[in-house]
Amino acid sequence: MMLRLVFSQPEQFKVYRKRTFDEIETIGLNSIGIVAILSVFMGAVIALQTASNMDSPFLPKYTIGYITRSSTILEFSPTIISLILAGKVGSNVASEIGTMRVTEQIDALDIMGVNSASFLILPKILASVLFFPFLIIFSMGLSLMGGYVAVVSSGLCSHEDYVFGIRAFFVVGNISYALIKTMCFAFLIVSVSSFYGYYTKGGALDVGKSSTQGVVWSSITILLTNFVLTQLILL
Amino acid sequence: MIEVKEVNKTFGDNHVLKDFSATFQEGKVNLIIGQSGQGKSVLTKCIVGLMEVDEGQVLYDGRDFSSMTRKQRKEIRKEIGMLFQGSALFDSMTVEENIMFPLDMYTNMTKKEKIDRANFCLERVNLEGRNNLLPAECSGGMQKRIAIARAISMNPKYLFCDEPNSGLDPRTSILIDNLIKEITYEYNITTVVITHDMNSVMEIGDTVVFINQGQSWWSGDKSSILSTENQEVVDFVYASSFMKNLKGALNAKK
Repeated sequence: MMLRLVFSQPEQFKVYRKRTFDEIETIGLNSIGIVAILSVFMGAVIALQTASNMDSPFLPKYTIGYITRSSTILEFSPTIISLILAGKVGSNVASEIGTMRVTEQIDALDIMGVNSASFLILPKILASVLFFPFLIIFSMGLSLMGGYVAVVSSGLCSHEDYVFGIRAFFVVGNISYALIKTMCFAFLIVSVSSFYGYYTKGGALDVGKSSTQGVVWSSITILLTNFVLTQLILL
Repeated sequence: MIEVKEVNKTFGDNHVLKDFSATFQEGKVNLIIGQSGQGKSVLTKCIVGLMEVDEGQVLYDGRDFSSMTRKQRKEIRKEIGMLFQGSALFDSMTVEENIMFPLDMYTNMTKKEKIDRANFCLERVNLEGRNNLLPAECSGGMQKRIAIARAISMNPKYLFCDEPNSGLDPRTSILIDNLIKEITYEYNITTVVITHDMNSVMEIGDTVVFINQGQSWWSGDKSSILSTENQEVVDFVYASSFMKNLKGALNAKK
């Protein structure tokens, strides 16, 4: 019901376009910092743990780079970063829309004849679906760099072995898989959080509850969708 | 003119509006008064379409708003301005952007024309030069005036005000009341004001509808409300000691 309203014809295309660019800044560009920090340390930890678990002398050192790359591209960047973004973006979206609901700003839009669901939610969905893939590609790069710095600087792996590892047995389809997942997660984060925000009733306390529910349910749907998409695409 | 005909609205077992009928005149300030919890806000939401009526009709100059589709209602909504109790200004937008918002959505005016219109509306509410402030930087009275400026930006035919002076000091309340009155007469708007403030009734009311238990209990003009013998209206009007003293003084004068 809500999504039908969201995807109905916009009143003024140029207003929606401007709002979409504003949302790209709020939802996307403002998340670069946290994505960067998380990705660097995530890559570093994956590489160090892989190195510390390589007991067999028969395993080549480039395996560290190979496993870091595979786990980063297939799972850590698209899923873990999306879960983190569910917390940051999801709570932001649910609380923003929820506050607009309890302060009658959504009623004001409705009385003006504006499709409030579409006006508020569609630009956020477009912004996240368009921009999250770039964030995830950025995260992949930083994660691999974090792994490189961690293992090369600590002497667990040479520069050549690590670089060979991250290039070995590369499957381009894995990137597509990761980006398809990311776009689905982006849609889920914003639509689920918006749903809880849009149907908030009450006051400030209820805005807080909507925000929490938005984050919890978008995280759960991300995990379920991840399972289904992995079955469908990879197997 | 807005006509409300035998409107009913229930929430579960709670029958909030019972065959409510009233007529709100063009070019006049029409007040809906009554105690809290008697259905004033539900009635307003039914009139402006934020809630659907269960039975009955809401007619805007003869156009049956209650039976229209969402798309058909849009045309009437462009003719409606509303001043909310909490102002409901968009807090991510500046004062100017708030006022220009309906123009952005529904007109093909150039940016300069829209800015000129916003400036005109701001001047009308005595807030010229405040274009770039955010709503959070404005006082309660200023926010109400900005909301009025936004409401009149599209030259509305109908203006709804939900408790326009709640939370304001007496002087600012009178200022807002007078602004509503002036705008109503100036642009010949059908204005509907929901209030339980007797000062507003005496200051700006042309016609008054008293709502009690979801029904149109009494209607008349502001002078007849002071002399009515309808007990519920009398209890409401003379609830404060100030009004009781005023009544005593008037009776002594007689």
